[in-house]
Amino acid sequence: MEMLTLLCLFSTYLLASSINIEENAGQFFSSGHTNNWAVLVCTSRFWFNYRHVANTLSVYRSVKRLGIPDSHIVLMLADDMACNHRNPKPATVFSHKNMELNVYGDDVEVDYRGYEVTVENFLRVLTGRLPPSTPRSKRLLSDDRSNILIYLTGHGGNGFLKFQDSEEISNVELADAFEQMWQKRRYNELLFIIDTCQGASMYERFYSPNLMALASSQVGEDSLSHQPDLAIGVHLMDRYTFYLLEFLEDIHPASKTNMNDLFKVCPKSHCVSTPGHRTDLFLRDPGSVLVTDFFGSVRKVELTMETINLTGHIKQWEESAADGEPRKETYSYSDQLPVSEIIHQKPKQKDWHPPDGFILGLWTLILLVFFKTYGIKHLKHIF
Amino acid sequence: MVGVPLWWRTTETYRAWLPVSQIQELSKLQLQLSADVEVVFSRGTVTPEQQKKLPLTQTQDEEHRVDEDTALSYRYETRYRTATVMEEDALNQPTAAGEMLFASLSNQLSRCKHSVISVRPQVITSLILSCSSSAEADLSLHTLSESPCGSLVVYVIPESSTLLPQDVDVYIGRRRTAFLRIGAKMRVGRTLEQLLAHMEPRVKQVLQVMSFSHTDITAALSDRVRLSPGNKESIADSMRAFKSSPGYEITFSLLNPDPKSHRLHWDIEGAAQTYIQPLLTKLAPVANFSMDSQTLYYAVLGVSPRFDSSRSTYTLNADSLAHVINPVEARLGSNAASSNPVLNFLLYVPDAHHSPLYIHDRKKQEVPSNAFHSPRWGGIMVYNVNDFYGPEAVFPVDINIDMAKVMGVFLAQLRLLLGVQSSSAPPGFLVAPCGTAGLADWELDRLMWSRSVENVATATTTITSLAQLLDQIGNIVINDNIAEQVSSAVTSLQLAVAELESGNLGFALQYSKEAILASERAFFDPSLLHLLYFPDDQKFAIYIPLFLPMCVPILLSLLKIISDARQKRRDKQAKKD
Repeated sequence: MEMLTLLCLFSTYLLASSINIEENAGQFFSSGHTNNWAVLVCTSRFWFNYRHVANTLSVYRSVKRLGIPDSHIVLMLADDMACNHRNPKPATVFSHKNMELNVYGDDVEVDYRGYEVTVENFLRVLTGRLPPSTPRSKRLLSDDRSNILIYLTGHGGNGFLKFQDSEEISNVELADAFEQMWQKRRYNELLFIIDTCQGASMYERFYSPNLMALASSQVGEDSLSHQPDLAIGVHLMDRYTFYLLEFLEDIHPASKTNMNDLFKVCPKSHCVSTPGHRTDLFLRDPGSVLVTDFFGSVRKVELTMETINLTGHIKQWEESAADGEPRKETYSYSDQLPVSEIIHQKPKQKDWHPPDGFILGLWTLILLVFFKTYGIKHLKHIF
Repeated sequence: MVGVPLWWRTTETYRAWLPVSQIQELSKLQLQLSADVEVVFSRGTVTPEQQKKLPLTQTQDEEHRVDEDTALSYRYETRYRTATVMEEDALNQPTAAGEMLFASLSNQLSRCKHSVISVRPQVITSLILSCSSSAEADLSLHTLSESPCGSLVVYVIPESSTLLPQDVDVYIGRRRTAFLRIGAKMRVGRTLEQLLAHMEPRVKQVLQVMSFSHTDITAALSDRVRLSPGNKESIADSMRAFKSSPGYEITFSLLNPDPKSHRLHWDIEGAAQTYIQPLLTKLAPVANFSMDSQTLYYAVLGVSPRFDSSRSTYTLNADSLAHVINPVEARLGSNAASSNPVLNFLLYVPDAHHSPLYIHDRKKQEVPSNAFHSPRWGGIMVYNVNDFYGPEAVFPVDINIDMAKVMGVFLAQLRLLLGVQSSSAPPGFLVAPCGTAGLADWELDRLMWSRSVENVATATTTITSLAQLLDQIGNIVINDNIAEQVSSAVTSLQLAVAELESGNLGFALQYSKEAILASERAFFDPSLLHLLYFPDDQKFAIYIPLFLPMCVPILLSLLKIISDARQKRRDKQAKKD
């Protein structure tokens, strides 16, 4: 009897371990991505929007902690809170009251700062249509096996997101940009998180495959901020991002938490607004998608089983200076920018264009009608 | 009347002409790949009366429909012929007489150093060639004639031949030749048709390995066709290799976490020149490569290795390897000027307290190469140096790294990452190890086939989606240079498809690369950004408050004019009566 139970236990253990191995192997191939990218954007200016910068920087810290390197993160901050004149603690951005956590620190690489954060630059980064002089750190060099995390925060409304208090991006433009990314296979899967008022309206118009979206509030609701700090004088974080970060604190690179848990972050009791999500365009079941598929960067690894047997010694390659003469290289400055010419340049004569055809036509119409109605005799009063 | 056409002319955007009809033709891709195969029968495989019917050419076509827009057809042109005398000599087995003759001749030559001995060159050639194993036969056959890019020669040898070991039926050489042992059934009493029917599936099998295969080509079309995932190996293969790109950057990094104990010297320049450069030179038609190297001090792995007391070594097991790469990657630099994909090869020398360090696979066995690689990223090798010094050594110890061993591993990883290695050969096949270049000719051909198809597929999708985009959004200005790039991309694509059809692999790859460059340049042109989106309700909301007050007096006056005119006409009518 005991032997039987022992045998049963042993066989179930074997079965379990084999399933485990299968599961591990299955996990290896379940997600089709080989690298991770993150695009984190804060779109608001001005000191009282401190919390948006703190939001973005906190997500940046989490993403870096979970493994995505700076070379794969495009961080866009519209204003520089750390060096703002009104910051009582310069060179810091705190995300928790009582100044517990400085998310600015000395290891932050901001790719687009200040006035560079515009709708145009954001769309250029997403679609890849950057001028050739753009350096590598400002580009999104993703390929068809990249999982991209896009996080937007700022002030928004029904169908738009405000950039820099002067322009806006609409949900249709965003959907078109994602479609162009899909056409050029610039992503494998994309997670879109937005923390603004009426954030759910921003993902309503998506139509490309493999997109999953999370928003902090539904249409008609406002996303609220979490807590003010009395010493700094502004609100430090938004509620949704605060609870999102609490959730991410428990995630480590090897954790197996999936997206269904992420959807439960910040219920109405904590957040006051109702967070929403959209998964109908996503091909995989959200329950099988790991949080680290987007927030971390867990590399796939294969053991190298074969080597090549190399024989032959290293050739001692000698340069043409084998005869002992030192090579003389003439050094010269490369073409410099003609600064002096530019400074002393005369302002370019702006060519005068005749008035636009539409305005011309309109005024012609008005004048014609006026004189037809009231008679030609009034003409002499004008000229 | 004047205003409306004037307004229309001045507000239209400049759109250069695009060859839309040709682009639409290209969106329905019909690719035909042709391969030339020569099947050479050596003595003993065909009867004399069959020999009279040779040489003979056969063409086979295979059609596959991948999806509604893409169709593939493969054409194999097989030419059957008999071997020439020189080829026969190269394939012959070593005979004892031949060996003795060779030995005595070389003896005589060494003795008579000062006299001139003239020997007929044919004698020498046949003597040297007769001492053959399969590799040497391969080499000597190659010196006779060089097959062009994309074609294959299969030598059929009799069953009794000792050129191949006992259990091996097919030997695949380093160039573009293969040796095929004829089957036992085909010994006597068969017609040429039976023989050819027997040979056809076996030649086909060789072609699947040495030339393009359907799985590879459909994998290369992944840009156009989103295939449902097949078995695990095919997914892993498609994820591992880098996508086709005009250039790659290769970076070799030496990680030294313990400079106080080890002073490492590696001759990376010489090693890269000797071992890696031949491969890169051979791959020049495929892409440009740039190499650089760096040394990182105090770079640690993100994972702490476990001590295995049974073997008294430190171990890293396969599961923890995935977390090794990220902390290191943050410290690796890359060339800021180019946007080419980077292949990183890291050589990690463990610190003195954690030596020796071995990588264990899932079965707790040591991995012989002590290295692992990550798809589309690069490879890491752990190099243990504890054997180089004893416990009483004075630190820091000078250590010279054995670059041949290191480069052997990196070269194998480089082959995998570039997509050279494919599935393992079927049973009964013996594949020659690749030579100093690290790449066999037929492997290069395979890579060129899949790269050409990949480039053509990517370029057609880019061009079609660009045309669609420009069509949909009427407000985008199409400059002349974009139209030029699009036209040149279309021309290159048409040429590439034509060259693939006729079997000129080198030209096809070149045209496909040009097509990709032009199409990418056109698609990613910075001027093609459509920022003005006007939904209808916003348009009305903006124009109505502006124009409604202005339009009211206009409309009223127009009504007045019309009523005046009508009045006048009525008066005229009345006057006439």
